[in-house]
Amino acid sequence: MLFTEAGQLATSYKAEQKLFRLRQDYVAFGILLFLAFVALPYWGSDYWFNAILIPFLVLSLAGLGLNLLTGYAGQLSLGSAAFMAVGAFATYNLELRIPDLPLLFSILGGGLFAAASSVIFGLPSARIKGFYLIVSTLAAQFFIQWLFTKFSWFSNGSTSGVITAPPLVMAGYDFSTPVGRYLLTLSIVASLFLIARNLVRSELGRHWMAVRDRDTAAAVMGIPILKTKLLAFGMSGFILGIAGALWAFTYLGTVEPHGFDLTRSFQILFIIIIGGMGSLLGNFLGAAFIVLLPILLSQLIGLLPANHWVDIGQLENAQKIIFGGLIIFFLIKEPDGLARLWQRCRERARIWPLRY
Amino acid sequence: MDLGSTELTSTAHTLLPPLLKLENISLAFKGVKAITDISFEVQAKRITALIGPNGAGKSSLLNVINGVYQPQAGTITFKQIPHKQMTPRYAAQQGIARTFQNIALFKGMSVLDNLLTGRTLKRHSTWLEQAFRVGRAPREDRSNREYVEQLIDFLDLTAWRKTLVGTLPYGIQKRVELGRALAAEPTLLLLDEPMAGMNAQEKQEMSEFIRAINREFGTTIVLIEHDLSVVMSLSNHLVVLDYGKKIGDGSPEEVRHNPEVIAAYLGTRH
Amino acid sequence: MNFFFEVLVGGLLAGVMYSLVAIGFVLIYKASGVFNFAQGAMVLFAALTFVSLLERGVPFWLCFLMTLAVMIVLALGIERWVLAPLANRSPITLFMATLGLSYVIEGLAQLLWGAQVHGLELGIKDEPFIIGGIFLSQFDLFAAGIALSLVIILSIFFNKTQIGLSLRAVADDTLAALAVGIRLPKVWVIVWSVAGFVGLVAGLLWGARVGVQFSLSLIVLKALPVLIIGGFTSIEGAIVGGLIVGASEKLAEVYLGSVIGGGIENWFPYVLALGFLLIRPAGLFGEQAIERV
Ligand SMILES: Nc1ncnc2c1ncn2[C@@H]1O[C@H](COP(=O)(O)OP(=O)(O)O)[C@@H](O)[C@H]1O
Ligand SMILES: [Mg+2]
Repeated sequence: MLFTEAGQLATSYKAEQKLFRLRQDYVAFGILLFLAFVALPYWGSDYWFNAILIPFLVLSLAGLGLNLLTGYAGQLSLGSAAFMAVGAFATYNLELRIPDLPLLFSILGGGLFAAASSVIFGLPSARIKGFYLIVSTLAAQFFIQWLFTKFSWFSNGSTSGVITAPPLVMAGYDFSTPVGRYLLTLSIVASLFLIARNLVRSELGRHWMAVRDRDTAAAVMGIPILKTKLLAFGMSGFILGIAGALWAFTYLGTVEPHGFDLTRSFQILFIIIIGGMGSLLGNFLGAAFIVLLPILLSQLIGLLPANHWVDIGQLENAQKIIFGGLIIFFLIKEPDGLARLWQRCRERARIWPLRY
Repeated sequence: MDLGSTELTSTAHTLLPPLLKLENISLAFKGVKAITDISFEVQAKRITALIGPNGAGKSSLLNVINGVYQPQAGTITFKQIPHKQMTPRYAAQQGIARTFQNIALFKGMSVLDNLLTGRTLKRHSTWLEQAFRVGRAPREDRSNREYVEQLIDFLDLTAWRKTLVGTLPYGIQKRVELGRALAAEPTLLLLDEPMAGMNAQEKQEMSEFIRAINREFGTTIVLIEHDLSVVMSLSNHLVVLDYGKKIGDGSPEEVRHNPEVIAAYLGTRH
Repeated sequence: MNFFFEVLVGGLLAGVMYSLVAIGFVLIYKASGVFNFAQGAMVLFAALTFVSLLERGVPFWLCFLMTLAVMIVLALGIERWVLAPLANRSPITLFMATLGLSYVIEGLAQLLWGAQVHGLELGIKDEPFIIGGIFLSQFDLFAAGIALSLVIILSIFFNKTQIGLSLRAVADDTLAALAVGIRLPKVWVIVWSVAGFVGLVAGLLWGARVGVQFSLSLIVLKALPVLIIGGFTSIEGAIVGGLIVGASEKLAEVYLGSVIGGGIENWFPYVLALGFLLIRPAGLFGEQAIERV
């Protein structure tokens, strides 16, 4: 019974607009929420929260931020980490300089600052197209990193630009335990994903994809191209900014500008390539992959009998080769990423036991 | 002989001001002339065909009309408002929609979404209302959806509603593109080779659709087509281009007997 | 005033080094339309291979030939496993593939040869000498000389040899080139090999200057603004772009850096390139086309 869809045809437009169409999806989603919000906090260990779940959630969110811009709106960016940095440093300064501001507002404020800077660096997209745009996003990457390193005002006088998490207290409740940080992160990430889901299915989401697929045709339909692109930059920056704040304060605790360097931007790009461009689920799959692969690799190497010749540096190199190779592999074999693979399995399951 | 001035469209329509009037349009790319001093008129609610050999400047002319290309000289008068040049968005706001010679659909979107995009200008809600489904957004969603569903029925696209257009056969894609343009409820519809690459039966179907659109929605149509038998039966008015210049203009009958056209264009075909 | 000229000339000469890397880009972009982010990784790979061989006592010229051979093998592999399967895909996809490729090559280089910094001595004294009251670095002049010869060699290769001519045919009109029987895979392998050769030369010069180490890979980030300014398709553009970036970067560091704080050479070229792009979206030497629909 689990996979039958009999009798579940959409009978009105309204029904089709719902969050999920099939009863099974609701059940699955319910189970997932229960697992994430109740079961995991109950059973999970600190190692799981700190080393796996929190970075997984934050990277999924960062992936979402980039995916809206690159996967949906088709604007390639290599500066994601810079906007994460803006989010982190702005949140830090809002907490520092406006003591009464509730933490949640500081985080949202951080997102807004990141959105604004993202829009500024998106302005050249009015004239520049395709991968020429990476110049603008790389300018953002290098300029913003320099800004936070150079001017210690942003880090309240710390010479190397290190910032430390404010107390994670919200509505009188302390979220600084691993479980607390996990739940805080989860709630924020889940709400943003819900909003994003609405957004990509709305008119704006269609405009983004239209600009991505054929900008001339989009203009001919009357879609305001620049506004559409800038909204993508803004939304992307907002989400990346919040991801940056979470990365700094619920995951790491302390962070320096260097933590948001070009490598981080690449990492986020890899998440969406592996997970799937233009897919919300893909962000989770890609992030899970990026977080789990290194752990799996080091476990595997640990299992090898004679491992005295494998030092950490070599492990890192091997990881690089594997990641790079996987990127190429996915671009060749599965350009729509893990999300597409998952979808295919699902379709199989839906018509099971038939083959086609 | 200047055929443009001896135009003999002998119906009552000439008494009305034309919906679209091009005057002395010239367009060049880096000095290479694509269109030279072309003028003609398009009467409301009729089907006008642009014909001429490849490279004659037909597509460029459509691009000038809806602002994809900007001409160096001339005037485009649409609904009595003269313009030196158009922009795509302004043209759309004025009620001009079009299809492209090489299909320009949004490949990563479903048929339904492609058609919904066509209704962009029918919306007034802001993106925030849309994101949270509040205010005017839900009502617009519903009404646009209903309109598009009707179009899907009208164009016989029901079987592919949710299919990604990139995976559809060519002929169907052409029809989806027609639907996307139609979704805007245009006053003027520009069709760039809507039947190119189709077999006789598909051409027949497409002609029927075009005729039905013209009849049922009262849409004025300017189309480019190479198949003369289709053109002659479909259109009320023909404009013939060659090497960027206009060499004929009139009813199908008139054009058929125009010696210059026969020499330059029809002669090579028969 | 002398100081200004000193900075300017120093910058111009450093710019030549950027041009060297950019030329590798242009070659590949012209022949296969690929924006090769892995060019920096190729420079690193070539330089690392070279010094590692040298340190094992292999004579200089043999090191050079052996490294060249390795770069050709690399080009073969890239054609076979990356370019061929991705033929006809969008430029952005190809770009991202080269991003992955750069990870593979970097990882491979360090896995094979280790991550420590190697000194490299090319036997050029780096004593400054004075012309017209301006201090000039002998090494920089040498590098400029090499770059110049490289450009000459490449233009002879492209204009006079059979292979070079077919490469140009592919760059000008791929379809027509295919029609006259030019085989794309072969062309790609050759072009990537030539780019590997250019990478080797650039790697030796850069390596002699800053040591052969991982950061060599990052000079790709310097070459990018150079290409934007000079245009992706013109070797002359790469040279001019390199000079512009080198000179303005040094001048900015000295004159602007003293006002807003130093260390601006990382982002300054990008802002400069952005400025150029906004005025000429196709680069100084690139031609702006109106999209056909
Ligand atoms: N975007 C463009 N850039 C440069 N030349 C163009 C462009 N569009 C059209 N042309 C040139 O203009 C001329 C007319 O082309 P076009 O309008 O496409 O002809 P048709 O549609 O009648 O076949 C051709 O010579 C073509 O090469
Ligand atoms: Mg045409």
